[in-house]
Amino acid sequence: MTSQPATGGRPPPRSAAVPDALAQACANVRQAGEADAVAGVQPGWVAAPASVAEAAAAMRAAAELGLSVVPRGSGSRLSWGLPPHSCDLVIETGGLDRVIEHAHGDWVASVQAGVTLEHLAEVLAVRGQRLTLDVPAPAGGGQGTVGGVLATGMAGPKRLRYGTPRDLLTGVTIVRPDGLVAKSGGKVVKNVAGYDMGKLFAGSYGTLGLIAEATFRLHPVPAAVAYVSTECATAAQAAGTVAAAVQSPLQPSAVEIDRPAPGGPIGVSVLLEGNPAGVPARVDGMLGLLGGGAAQSPTPPAWWGHGAGDGTLIRIAFWAGRLESILDAADAAAAAAGLRPVMGGSPGAGVLYAVIDGLAEPAAVASYVTELRNGAGHAAPAMLPPVRGSVVVLAAPPKVRERVDLWGPTPAAAVMRSVKHQFDPGHRMAPGRFAGGI
Amino acid sequence: MIDTLVPVMTQVCGADYVITDPAELRTYECDGLTSHRSTPGLVVLPDTAGQVAGVVRACAAAGVPFVARGSGTGLSGGALAPGNGVLIVTSRMRRILEIDPHSRRAVVEPGVTNLAVSKAAEPFGYFYAPDPSSQVICSIGGNVAENSGGAHCLKNGFTVNHVAGLEVVTPDGELVWLGDGTGAAPGYDLMGAFTGSEGTLGIVTKVVVRLTRIPAAVTTLLAGFGTTGEGGAAVSAIIAAGIVPAAIEMMDALSIEAAEAAVQCNYPQGAGAVLIVELDGPEADVAAETAAVREICESTGATEIRAAADPAERAAIWAGRKSAFAAVGRIATSYIVQDGVVPRSALQDVLDRIAQLSASTGIRVANVFHAGDGNLHPLVLLDEGTDPEVAEELSGAILDLCIEHGGSITGEHGVGVDKAKFMPKMFGEGDLDTMQLLRCAFDPRGLCNPGKIYPTPRLCGEVPGFRRGPHPLAVAGQADLL
Repeated sequence: MTSQPATGGRPPPRSAAVPDALAQACANVRQAGEADAVAGVQPGWVAAPASVAEAAAAMRAAAELGLSVVPRGSGSRLSWGLPPHSCDLVIETGGLDRVIEHAHGDWVASVQAGVTLEHLAEVLAVRGQRLTLDVPAPAGGGQGTVGGVLATGMAGPKRLRYGTPRDLLTGVTIVRPDGLVAKSGGKVVKNVAGYDMGKLFAGSYGTLGLIAEATFRLHPVPAAVAYVSTECATAAQAAGTVAAAVQSPLQPSAVEIDRPAPGGPIGVSVLLEGNPAGVPARVDGMLGLLGGGAAQSPTPPAWWGHGAGDGTLIRIAFWAGRLESILDAADAAAAAAGLRPVMGGSPGAGVLYAVIDGLAEPAAVASYVTELRNGAGHAAPAMLPPVRGSVVVLAAPPKVRERVDLWGPTPAAAVMRSVKHQFDPGHRMAPGRFAGGI
Repeated sequence: MIDTLVPVMTQVCGADYVITDPAELRTYECDGLTSHRSTPGLVVLPDTAGQVAGVVRACAAAGVPFVARGSGTGLSGGALAPGNGVLIVTSRMRRILEIDPHSRRAVVEPGVTNLAVSKAAEPFGYFYAPDPSSQVICSIGGNVAENSGGAHCLKNGFTVNHVAGLEVVTPDGELVWLGDGTGAAPGYDLMGAFTGSEGTLGIVTKVVVRLTRIPAAVTTLLAGFGTTGEGGAAVSAIIAAGIVPAAIEMMDALSIEAAEAAVQCNYPQGAGAVLIVELDGPEADVAAETAAVREICESTGATEIRAAADPAERAAIWAGRKSAFAAVGRIATSYIVQDGVVPRSALQDVLDRIAQLSASTGIRVANVFHAGDGNLHPLVLLDEGTDPEVAEELSGAILDLCIEHGGSITGEHGVGVDKAKFMPKMFGEGDLDTMQLLRCAFDPRGLCNPGKIYPTPRLCGEVPGFRRGPHPLAVAGQADLL
């Protein structure tokens, strides 16, 4: 299980002119501007293929020229992860904008990578269906493209019941770093023929190749929706309330919490979806479980859906039963660092986000992350797996990025590097952006 | 060659757990699919993850192929070890290490049976959702290898959706954790890619599974129809109504006849098709959906509808369906179980084409299928005088139909050795080459369960392109070209 560091000659120095091979491969190539920077790294050119074939030709040309490549969807999460070691070419997927097929009778849809989640939702809604990825949108932005959401593995509150992109993906078409187009899976929900490349590419941050097309399993849009919300004074109360909601047989689609300030009150809100004949009874049941202060509403609380905040955005993953100790550890870390992060997220699914003001002192943020890593995520001695969680800095201002180990410890990193090396032996795809130095 | 490994294997596993006797070795010559056989050179039964790692390290050092096997219920010949290889049987590793109801997780060893996990979780109000029909005996390790489904995966998903962490022994004998039990570990989702890799990327030694809340209410309906066409129309209408049943199963006249002969399931008399629809969830939702499904079945021509009022009645409804595979043994001398998938909307067309194939060959085909997700299990029946080769051809032609309709050559049984030759019909050369990059990352020497899934092993490190001459692994006897 060996892996080698990036080898091979670096590309020739960038000139202003678009290399011929690239221009011939893709009709829409231009010089990159400042707005095209990837986490502060200035690319040379931007290619915007209009078809998978053109995307493949651009990737092949990049391979021949030895160019480093970063794929880009809407760019809403392009600042996430580490800055690439090198970025000669941005391949922008906006031209791959076709919803290829909505097989409503089969509950699947095939789409190109550049389709935005919002556009896809409109198309699917015509037949009363949805892709259940309620990815939170950054302030003033959209939810992102199918390719971008897949590449970051991002999900929203409904992950509790429906999982993350990898759970909803049934097939994927990718362009390898050498330009070869390959598919795995298919357009049927049940399929175990061959390795599932979709799992590998979901959450891979563009480091293995370009996601070109994806097929998803869909769900019917529920006819009835209700939110039951309450406020808890302490972490212990919130943990008890969340446990009662998540472990109830009332089938919540999401259980979210929000803690605007360390040590302060915690909002808890439960989403119930389904049949109009069934939801009212479940709302009554949930009101009973959540206690006297709980109320129902047809719409979510204003704070609903964490994971898109400005500033430093941190994702804490843990075994759901440890919620109280995670909240306490976060409070202790915040107090030690002198910070006031906003916490919230999907505790039933074992995922919380902390958002720290972008102007906070980088050293304080670094200390907060270190403290949090020390206080969260470990199993009791002799229990397996020994590591039971992670603290990942998804996005941070440049000054913070320089001070913090964004990805933190990554189990099985050696195997991951071996996978990276097989797919991208030239280490040209988003080099250095990902966990484990990949 | 393999005999030289006996001392080290004995040292690792203990003398009682290294099998060399030819007669005993032969008991491991096949899995649930008996048409493929290969007697392993050596069988070992390790008790711990450390012992599995020790066995694999010894194999790797000697360059000997090795294959993991759970309960041996697989249906694609995926757990066959070559005569020059070591079979690593995980049946001693059957400890449930932890149940954490508050995190809805259990940590188990690979030899634990699927049903044992649900039984252990039941006192806490949980169960393990994937339920392959062999769940009484099949192992979790095998489920991970095959990404097993079951009748209820339409609603609940497959093994890959219910695994949150895997401890594996890599093909060079290292113990690593893929995933940390959260479902959000940093880095590539190797856990997801490993699940369903049919034992070709390493050996699972511990599994963190997700537990699911036992639903408050379950109803099971049995509806009889004149034809599979009418039953199929009911399925389409249920799906169009936005109802997600826990299961929708269909059986045709021939499989009903067989089940009736075997277990006297007392399905509606003279029915050309029966539909089993199971709904689960909160009480009021289930009641409303049950009423809606009843109405749909009536309006699409159901001749009779029964509802199970209690677990005993539910078991009675399922008895016919669950016995179907074995039951066709009552109406034929032997049979081939096929496993293919078509888009649900193409079901009727494919059933008609299967009927044509059956008529033109004179070979009977009984159809049992997971109608909700288009997973067909046609049973090709061999009678006295049936040419087995023609039956095999018919069975293969059904897979061609699945591919032609945009489906898959396997929904849950896996590719194994049995269907490797169909992979190039479903995937292009580049697709197969790309998948095997993953194999190369884990197992560049091709020692771990060789000869499965891919008809042509990729030589790791080679530049993609056309290969000339025989493959080096095939020459070395480490890979079978099927």
